[in-house]
Amino acid sequence: MMAEFLDLAFISGLIGATMRMATPIIFAALGEILSERAGVLNLGIEGIMLMGAMTGFLFTYSTGSIWFGVFAAACMGMLLGLLMALLSVNLGLSQHVSGLGITLFATGLAMFIYRLHFGSPTVPPIIQPFKQVALPVLSKIPVIGPGLFTQYTLTYIAWLLVPALSILLYKTTIGLKIRTVGENPVVADTVGVNVTLTRTLCLVAGGALMGIGGAFLTLAHQNMFLIDVIGGRGWVAIAMVIFGNWNPFKATIGALIFGFLDGLQLRLQSVGLVLSFHLFLMIPYLLTIIALIGVSRRAAVPAGLLKPYRREEKGG
Amino acid sequence: MIRFRIIKRKPLPGWAKIVIPIAAILATLILSAIPILLAGGHLWKSYFYLFHGALGTRYNLLETFVKASPLLLTGLAVAFAFRAKFWNIGAEGQLLAGALTATVLGVNLGGIPSILVLPIVIIAGFLAGGLWASIPALLKTKLKVDDVVSTLLLNYVMIHIMGALLFGPLQQPGSSWPRSSAIVKAACYPILMPRSRFHMGIIISFVAMLIIWFINKKTTFGYQAKAVGFNIRAAHFGGINTTSVILWTALISGGLAGLAGVGELCALQYRLIMDISPGYGYSGIVIAMLGNLHPVGVLFSSLFFSVIIVGAQTMSRMTGVPTYIAEVIQGMALMVMLIFLLFTEFKIKVLRK
Repeated sequence: MMAEFLDLAFISGLIGATMRMATPIIFAALGEILSERAGVLNLGIEGIMLMGAMTGFLFTYSTGSIWFGVFAAACMGMLLGLLMALLSVNLGLSQHVSGLGITLFATGLAMFIYRLHFGSPTVPPIIQPFKQVALPVLSKIPVIGPGLFTQYTLTYIAWLLVPALSILLYKTTIGLKIRTVGENPVVADTVGVNVTLTRTLCLVAGGALMGIGGAFLTLAHQNMFLIDVIGGRGWVAIAMVIFGNWNPFKATIGALIFGFLDGLQLRLQSVGLVLSFHLFLMIPYLLTIIALIGVSRRAAVPAGLLKPYRREEKGG
Repeated sequence: MIRFRIIKRKPLPGWAKIVIPIAAILATLILSAIPILLAGGHLWKSYFYLFHGALGTRYNLLETFVKASPLLLTGLAVAFAFRAKFWNIGAEGQLLAGALTATVLGVNLGGIPSILVLPIVIIAGFLAGGLWASIPALLKTKLKVDDVVSTLLLNYVMIHIMGALLFGPLQQPGSSWPRSSAIVKAACYPILMPRSRFHMGIIISFVAMLIIWFINKKTTFGYQAKAVGFNIRAAHFGGINTTSVILWTALISGGLAGLAGVGELCALQYRLIMDISPGYGYSGIVIAMLGNLHPVGVLFSSLFFSVIIVGAQTMSRMTGVPTYIAEVIQGMALMVMLIFLLFTEFKIKVLRK
């Protein structure tokens, strides 16, 4: 058994699985960072990912174009992000409650639309999923190459988005405005930043990322839509945002650790080491909670998070 | 150019508290026409079967109470926690903890006097749910871990603990399915009405509602929990031991959810299966919000939800609209209610320029 752990194919396969399983978490966590940096905790994430997964699958199935599926998932995510903005930003409802409301609504809606379109078939309908793309030269690197650089296009996009979001947040004026809105909306308003608009746009863009993260699960990781396809990955993404102190790079490290455990669990099953399937499935969630214990004391929460912003009325 | 602004309004009179939820429910039912029509259902027929399916016959009416029981308990669990701003999203896991404990005891307690079995199972189920909820409460108060995330993640931990046990030590000998042995007769809730499933758990959930009402209204603890929910720092400086208030809130909240699990197991399934709860813990969140965190409000919203869930079965059979319409309506009900509640405090002012 030990020999199989040291087997090169096993290690390479594990690296590949880690990257794959981290991808939806990275997308979702980046979307959540964008929202939370602007001061809105989006608990609709789990539902938005499920709607993304369903919409992506449905459109790919109907049109035969997988990229159109990804695009549709992003649009669905944007719509739900807009709904979240309407409730929590424009109307100023509790962010906890609006987000959970969206998750519950979107969960029901995803299953409803799926049933409406496909009925209750005995064999679930499938699509032709994404194929992995081996990058030239890089994928030939011994040991790590094949795993790291033979991935789905969406995984490569996720990698590129991490530095892109970092640059946006820390190196541009737009990023400065977003962070100011998240830290101190009163100051932002005073210096002429439109708080409502900024938060709305961040939620819409964040929703698109969450939708794509969900679609990865039905268009690449699997080739069908199952009701429990997200399986709490949205909540894990939120945990990773806290773990990563609202920083895209650090959150990605968290996502990779989760991906590693998720991948390890899959690989161990495939080499026939069935200790207990369910105990393995539990490990990533348990470790996520333990990781939160480690970081929560020194967490640098955006100061404006959870606080609806209403400009004081003067003279009606 | 016309612009809108949301501004604070004068407090509405007392009758608004009753009229607004009713108006919200009516608005939700009207909005439900959209998914019904999208599904190609005949509108009036669908509404008819929705209500007829839930209330039209004696058996269906009693089934609506059967369905309302776990919803009332999880709704109370969430409402009680939210009132103290302990964001317990983990009622689902706490429910499973209760059902799991009831299974372990219910299968093995054959040897003791049968009159003792049910009280032991119920108390243990309550404690299991409560203790499972006290983990995130401890993490929140001692280590500042966000309760929303920890309660949510613990749901998945509990599902997998249950899975590991149902594929392992708890699995019925000889069965290849993930299900436990049946519980002993003495651990089953008595059925209170002949030719129905109207069971003792329904009475338990109703009594629980009265007890929570009493705690909220008449006890020092109820007052302290409200103060902690309103402003935890002020409560702390006012001399309230906020840590202990949150821990007790979690224990009671999780315990109520645990009771829901005991009820599903001992009154309906008699053995543990993976699908013991179709998401009652999550529905409880909506029910609590829809009931405005008030026990009586929670009672009515859990009844409304069970009408929708039970009625949707008949509606689906007769008109072909998928049963998931029930979940869609639940989600819409929450958002409509939130918006309606908002307009009890604020109004939209039209600004003309």
